[in-house]
Amino acid sequence: MSVAETLAAVRPRSSRAVAFLVFAIAIALIAATPFLPNYYIRVIDSLLIYILLGIGLNIVIGYTGLLDLGFVAFYAVGAYSYALLASPQLGLHLPFLLILLVAACLGAITGILLGIPVLRLRGDYLAIVTLGFGEIVRIIINNLDWLTGGPKGIARLDKASILGIQIARPVDFFWLLLVVVLLAGLVAWRLERSILGKAWAAIREDQDAARGIGINTTNAKLAAFATSATIGSIAGAIFGASQRFVSPESFTLQESVLIVLMIVVGGIGNILGIVAGAAILILLPEVLREFAEWRILFLGLLMIFLIIVRPAGIVPRSFGPDKLIRRLIGK
Amino acid sequence: MLGNLIQQTVNALTIGSIYALIALGYTMVYGVLRMINFAHGEMFMLGAYVAFLVLSVLVGDVGMAGAIALTVAFLVAIFLVGFIGVGIERVAYKPLRNSTRLAPMLSSLGVSLSLVTGIQILAGPQPVAFPSFFPVVRYEVMGGTITSMQIGILVAAFVLMFGLYFLVNRSRIGIIVRAVSESRPTAQLLGINVNGAISMVFFVGPLLGAAGGILYASYYGIMSPSMGAVIGLKAFTAAILGGIGSIPGAMLGAFILAFVEVGGTALLPIVTHGVLGTEYRDVLTFAILILVLLVRPAGILGEAVSEESIVYKREF
Repeated sequence: MSVAETLAAVRPRSSRAVAFLVFAIAIALIAATPFLPNYYIRVIDSLLIYILLGIGLNIVIGYTGLLDLGFVAFYAVGAYSYALLASPQLGLHLPFLLILLVAACLGAITGILLGIPVLRLRGDYLAIVTLGFGEIVRIIINNLDWLTGGPKGIARLDKASILGIQIARPVDFFWLLLVVVLLAGLVAWRLERSILGKAWAAIREDQDAARGIGINTTNAKLAAFATSATIGSIAGAIFGASQRFVSPESFTLQESVLIVLMIVVGGIGNILGIVAGAAILILLPEVLREFAEWRILFLGLLMIFLIIVRPAGIVPRSFGPDKLIRRLIGK
Repeated sequence: MLGNLIQQTVNALTIGSIYALIALGYTMVYGVLRMINFAHGEMFMLGAYVAFLVLSVLVGDVGMAGAIALTVAFLVAIFLVGFIGVGIERVAYKPLRNSTRLAPMLSSLGVSLSLVTGIQILAGPQPVAFPSFFPVVRYEVMGGTITSMQIGILVAAFVLMFGLYFLVNRSRIGIIVRAVSESRPTAQLLGINVNGAISMVFFVGPLLGAAGGILYASYYGIMSPSMGAVIGLKAFTAAILGGIGSIPGAMLGAFILAFVEVGGTALLPIVTHGVLGTEYRDVLTFAILILVLLVRPAGILGEAVSEESIVYKREF
């Protein structure tokens, strides 16, 4: 039985205890992370990056109901923004925050560029076109040797620093990512509750009816693509800064699919679900490291099992962060 | 020049017919279930591996040899993969039939991951040399070279495609499958065995895909656990290009895609004066796909039906 079901089944007082427990565990984990060995902190960093990507993609898939299989393109745009603007490749060494801003803008622009051709398409056709877009971006990066270094990628990226504080160790990135993930989560969650979010929900449920009641579906969809791409691109820039190396290998179709899976296994349209999905799909392979390829087989079978047992995800859409908070403060 | 043209045309037809065999599986499953079966590329891969296994058993343990062994291995392998396809549908997709549309698609991703890793564990992740299923004789036709292998692949693929055509258009099973594909609820109300029709589709699709896999592995002389992902994506693109759900569309899309690929490989460096090399072939493929979908959002032969008639359950 899942957390949500347990919460729904038991009486309010004990459900408050469970909510309290969830928060306590989360805070304990956050507090303990800086004292873990570097290897574990790196794993948690990558978990946070995937959560950030999940939050971004969820805006298009979970809120607006458009299946985007090329999300990794925006991740690549962000990572290569950092790689080109802070490395010897072009001889540019811009500050980290400025690059984040550039990456966010570039992400939004690519998001809109992708959004325009796919506006007319629906469902599965949209999925394949976004997939094609992701592949096009990857192939171009792979072959534009003079700019991106081709398959070899770009190495020796600058160490990032924010206002004079250097961000280089895994712990530094842990704090940075934690702040960014919390911010992005807050923005996405509030957006879902905003009038724009309600327009997205209307498009998701019935596009024709949404248009019928006067929602500008074109603008709402473009806004979804742009917001989602911005978050993806920011995640990419941080990823580039933390690895200090980028190559096209990190931006394959499998990455896009992994992020989609994370969202669906965890709970589509729900930020808590994304955290749960990311925890399973990113942490499990690390925990089961000693079993080599058997863990991937296990992961595949687990995916089938989870989707069959809980088609709406581990944490369903109805159990959002607001429910958890309300439980905690006892309303 | 003419010889080169003939040779490239035959190359494109060979690759196109293999793509078509796989694209048919995507399109048929989509036709009845409105589901993108991401595990279908793995049927292609399984076809090659199962055929290899059956062949080694036939040659090593039974002592069969030559053309008979190859034919038997081919037939046994495609039917085995057909049954595997039916089994996978029962276990991984059937419980999700009344769920959201995204659920079975992601379940198929899980199946795909499990099958690729399973084969990697059993047979190793490295590519394996694959025996040729056809004798290799080279023919010179007006200056171009055509191999007997290409002719064999074309004949085998066309026999299978005509078989499918008769099954779908001229048989009782075909009528049932088409009825379910038209409208599952109506077919059910008319007393048609919907589960039977779906099982049929999940038998025929993987069977054709496996045949494609054997022909492909035979053509290039190599098989690897990851071959399904690459070629499956191409075939899926072909199915979408032709209009997913349409059987003639899948074949048309596959041949268009093959001609774009072969033509792109030959012409891209010449037309762009070496700015874009052959490595941009896939970019060209996807660019053409996107352009076609901009003009015809439901693919070349796809029916431009209104959303209400396609979607009888929520997208996500």
